[in-house]
Amino acid sequence: MNTTARTRTNGRSPAMAPASVPIKILKAIVLLIACGLVVMPFVSVISTSLADQQQITDAGGYVLLPDRPSLSAYSSILAGGVVARALLVSVGIAVVGTVLGLIVTSAMAYSLSRPTSFAHKPILMVVLLTMLFSPGIIPNYLLIKQLGLLNSWWSLILPVLVTGFSVIVLRSFMMGLPPDILESARIDGANDLQIFVRIILPLSKAALAVIGLFFAVGFWNSWFNALLYINDPSKLPLPLVLRTYVVDNARLGAEQLSGEAGVLPPTQSLQMAILVISLIPILLVCPFLQRHFTKGVLVGAVKG
Amino acid sequence: MALTIDKRPAVKSAPPGSPHSLGRLARLKRDWGLLVFAVPGLLVFLVFHYVPLLGNVIAFKDYQPYLGVRQSPWVGFSNFALIFSGDPEVLNALKNTLVLTVLQVAFVFPAPIVLALVLNSLMYEPIKRFVQSVLYMPHFLSWVIVVAIFQQILGNAGLLNTYLRHKGIEPIEIIGNPDAFRALITSQVIWKDTGWGTILFLAALSRVDQEQYEAASVDGAGPARQMWHVTLPALRPLIILLGILRLGDSLSVGFEQILLQQGAGTEVTEVLDTYVYHHAFQQGEWGISAAVGLVKGVVGLALVLGANKVAHLFGEDGVYRSR
Repeated sequence: MNTTARTRTNGRSPAMAPASVPIKILKAIVLLIACGLVVMPFVSVISTSLADQQQITDAGGYVLLPDRPSLSAYSSILAGGVVARALLVSVGIAVVGTVLGLIVTSAMAYSLSRPTSFAHKPILMVVLLTMLFSPGIIPNYLLIKQLGLLNSWWSLILPVLVTGFSVIVLRSFMMGLPPDILESARIDGANDLQIFVRIILPLSKAALAVIGLFFAVGFWNSWFNALLYINDPSKLPLPLVLRTYVVDNARLGAEQLSGEAGVLPPTQSLQMAILVISLIPILLVCPFLQRHFTKGVLVGAVKG
Repeated sequence: MALTIDKRPAVKSAPPGSPHSLGRLARLKRDWGLLVFAVPGLLVFLVFHYVPLLGNVIAFKDYQPYLGVRQSPWVGFSNFALIFSGDPEVLNALKNTLVLTVLQVAFVFPAPIVLALVLNSLMYEPIKRFVQSVLYMPHFLSWVIVVAIFQQILGNAGLLNTYLRHKGIEPIEIIGNPDAFRALITSQVIWKDTGWGTILFLAALSRVDQEQYEAASVDGAGPARQMWHVTLPALRPLIILLGILRLGDSLSVGFEQILLQQGAGTEVTEVLDTYVYHHAFQQGEWGISAAVGLVKGVVGLALVLGANKVAHLFGEDGVYRSR
């Protein structure tokens, strides 16, 4: 990435000979189509979530641009019932999981950031080996069952509290911090906890942000573990609700929502509103993640 | 993917000689405070990664949930015998898995390379960055969301078919149609991960020495020959690395993705991972499922090691190199 930054200064990205006009047009078309294929579905989904019954009927099912946008689908969903509860569950899992995950991961990364320390190599091997294999869904399920974690939200948090990838990325970031600061802190009599909390963590903010976002996105998206481990319908996270009512098209009526027998917005709008609610956190997080990638936190780690 | 690239320098970065200047005990005394920090993480890894490996013993048992792992009777290799005797369901799942893998290697694998080449040749930075942020985004969506979006666009009551009906054209059945299933799965993967897949290729391209292009151009090489003689050789180690990793994964194809959309019938949609899931959790054949999972894992590991060996024979670095 450094090379990109250098070549950027003379106004050109690293490129071959200047392309001819037809090639330029071809490139523009390829990129336009690619972006269109990604953006169009979102526009359609958001529009449908904002449309009312009349518009959907008029358009014959789907709306591309609603002329009378209404938020009624969102208000009926968030008023209470299945979706509102699942939303709370998902937010709770993402927050608790991300905070705990960051604590455990950064502590472990710090512990591994001094290559000359005691038992450094065996611990590093324990971490690296987990990236080569996974135990498989059946053994995982049997373990969760043995631990009595079935139907508990901890079954969705504890197994993914730390991953080999996040430890290694944070570790290489911490190893890149200037050693002089740590040395002088140690001479001043600071113990490991003080060094970790007062020096390492504040200096690692950028890397922690990226890893934290990865955790948050992972927890927000995770549904398969919930499918295996959670049977209690009142404990399901948002992605499973999305699967039940949108992918599998289960009936979404008054009894699943706030319980009022009033007039509900059209099913399609409700479904699309659930989809949009699941999407929005990701859409918000993405530009941030990308900025940090180009800053080289991860690419730098990849290069070793 | 990035993990494995990362692995080599990480292991190497512990210089084997230097730490022994101090005695073992002295180092333990000095570093115990540091070791404490690793304890929570080690516990998580131990309990949730290493202990469950023992659960694979049920592949050699007739596991009954009410008896538990320890009480269930041993059955030796009979669970494996069923797999290798050519059980039609296993064979079908294997066939579907391999067909999807071949399709993905043919269509999904080259897509980010092409896109990275196009992006890399863009002169105007803001456009490049805008396109990148748009195309990265789908990677962060869960499969539930991606499948829901595809249904809303391509489903029977979706945008496309509603439009076709409106125009008086016969709607196209895509979702739930066995004939379209493989194309659907493949295009979903392309939609979701092509943009993200460009990251590593763009990083590799940014490290190509500009002087090589200038030299090639002085020697009279046009854009096509520069591409062939400068750009593609620069990408070769990465392509080989990712190819090896993909090969090791060739018995896994989008488990979550496929599990969400098996409406087209198990004849085409059942792959090895979904076979394991269905036979264990819905039909209670825990032993057989665990055996299939175990065989799959071992074959996958063998494939990675084998491909790595082949890469070494051709003088490439591959995933790792033991020295």
